[in-house]
Amino acid sequence: MKRPEPFEVFQPVSIREACELFSKHGPGGHLLAGGTDLVIAIKEKGLVPRYVVDLKKIPSLTGIREASDGSLTIGALTTMREIETSLLIRRKYPFLAQSAAEVGSIQIRNRATIGGNMANATPSADVAPALLILNARVKVSRSDGEKIVLLEEFFIGPGKTIMQQGDVLTEILIPPSPPDFCGEYIKFSPREMMDLAYVGVAVGVVAEGTRKLCRDARIALCAVSPTPIRTRKAEALLLNREITASLAERVGEEASNECKPISDVRSSAAYRKEMVRVNTRRALLNAAAGYVDNLSWTARRDRRYS
Amino acid sequence: MNTRIQIRLNGKILALTVPPFKLLLDLLRDEIGLTGTKEGCGTGDCGACTVLLNSKPVNSCLVLSGELDGADIVTIEGLKIGPHLHPVQQAFVQEGGAQCGYCTPGMLMMTKSLLDENQNPTEEEIRFALSGNLCRCTGYAKIIQAVQTAAAELRKNEAGK
Repeated sequence: MKRPEPFEVFQPVSIREACELFSKHGPGGHLLAGGTDLVIAIKEKGLVPRYVVDLKKIPSLTGIREASDGSLTIGALTTMREIETSLLIRRKYPFLAQSAAEVGSIQIRNRATIGGNMANATPSADVAPALLILNARVKVSRSDGEKIVLLEEFFIGPGKTIMQQGDVLTEILIPPSPPDFCGEYIKFSPREMMDLAYVGVAVGVVAEGTRKLCRDARIALCAVSPTPIRTRKAEALLLNREITASLAERVGEEASNECKPISDVRSSAAYRKEMVRVNTRRALLNAAAGYVDNLSWTARRDRRYS
Repeated sequence: MNTRIQIRLNGKILALTVPPFKLLLDLLRDEIGLTGTKEGCGTGDCGACTVLLNSKPVNSCLVLSGELDGADIVTIEGLKIGPHLHPVQQAFVQEGGAQCGYCTPGMLMMTKSLLDENQNPTEEEIRFALSGNLCRCTGYAKIIQAVQTAAAELRKNEAGK
């Protein structure tokens, strides 16, 4: 395996210092969070940084905080493993914790960060659909201030976001969700562990009463479009309707129509579309049925695929 | 371009001057001479290079030396307790949890990390924890048996305290 070509590593202790390093040293700088994408790009994809700015000495970029209104702030350097095991996230949004647990191995998840994963903008990022159905926003700092954008508008293409060199993604912001909001994430992949999704589907609903009257519906997909996406037409089919098996079929078909997958080494576009249809239906019916606590990993998998 | 770092490696403080772009794996093997940690895939898929970084298992093939100042690192060489094998090592010997042995250091570090958190894991929890450690000699039956044996031994030691 190829070794990195020489480059400097800077370790700023504040966001301001990080931004200044980029203006001082010019082009060819790369941000380093967990390194699970950057170091692989250096070793496998021929990336040659002139310098690397490691964010891990900046204390304000870590931690998961809940405000009194129920909103969450997740520091960009929060690792996937921290999200997977956070009691707060497991209680509020178990599907988000699970989506983080779908990434790589424990070794990878101890390094990979949520901010790095979003900034890297891989179309198949498992955490992205879970964050999209939570209407998550990202905070981006630059030398002349900061801005907050919807995650949905943050992604602009495979590996591309609105961030420019010198921008630092600092926080993921999750607004409060309706009290009875319930979500489900299904990663559909050939191997259960250590694999990328053929298709990832997150569905979140508020299903009122025993008739499961849908008061809020959010559906997001990964690995089937140039960026992770929301499927608004499929969502619209659900509003103020009873969530039944036949409606779930139609919603699955609509989500399948809305995605734009490519054929690649993992799967054909046609198969991906079909799997969006099937797994959107499954995720929707599971979300409408509500959370089931204390299931083992395989029991939850069996429930997702039933 | 070299950078000065201070790390704690297997309990000993080391002050080093290293190229910041050098991989932790290469730092351990080529600079410090601890060759127990192996390189398999080099891309974070196989787990052969697993070490504990600040008590957490990571792939040392994806860590840069320039991020390590102040880090606490434990490698396979730091697992034994005094002159004695760690119960995890002993269990792998006893159960035949190794064939060629190449994946074994990574398996052992991952197992230690699992059993530090959970001394009574189910088979499913063991498989989940070891999913990032590949063995290409054979299957995983004896490895899982070894983890269970190590867990039982650790529980016994704990109860005896």
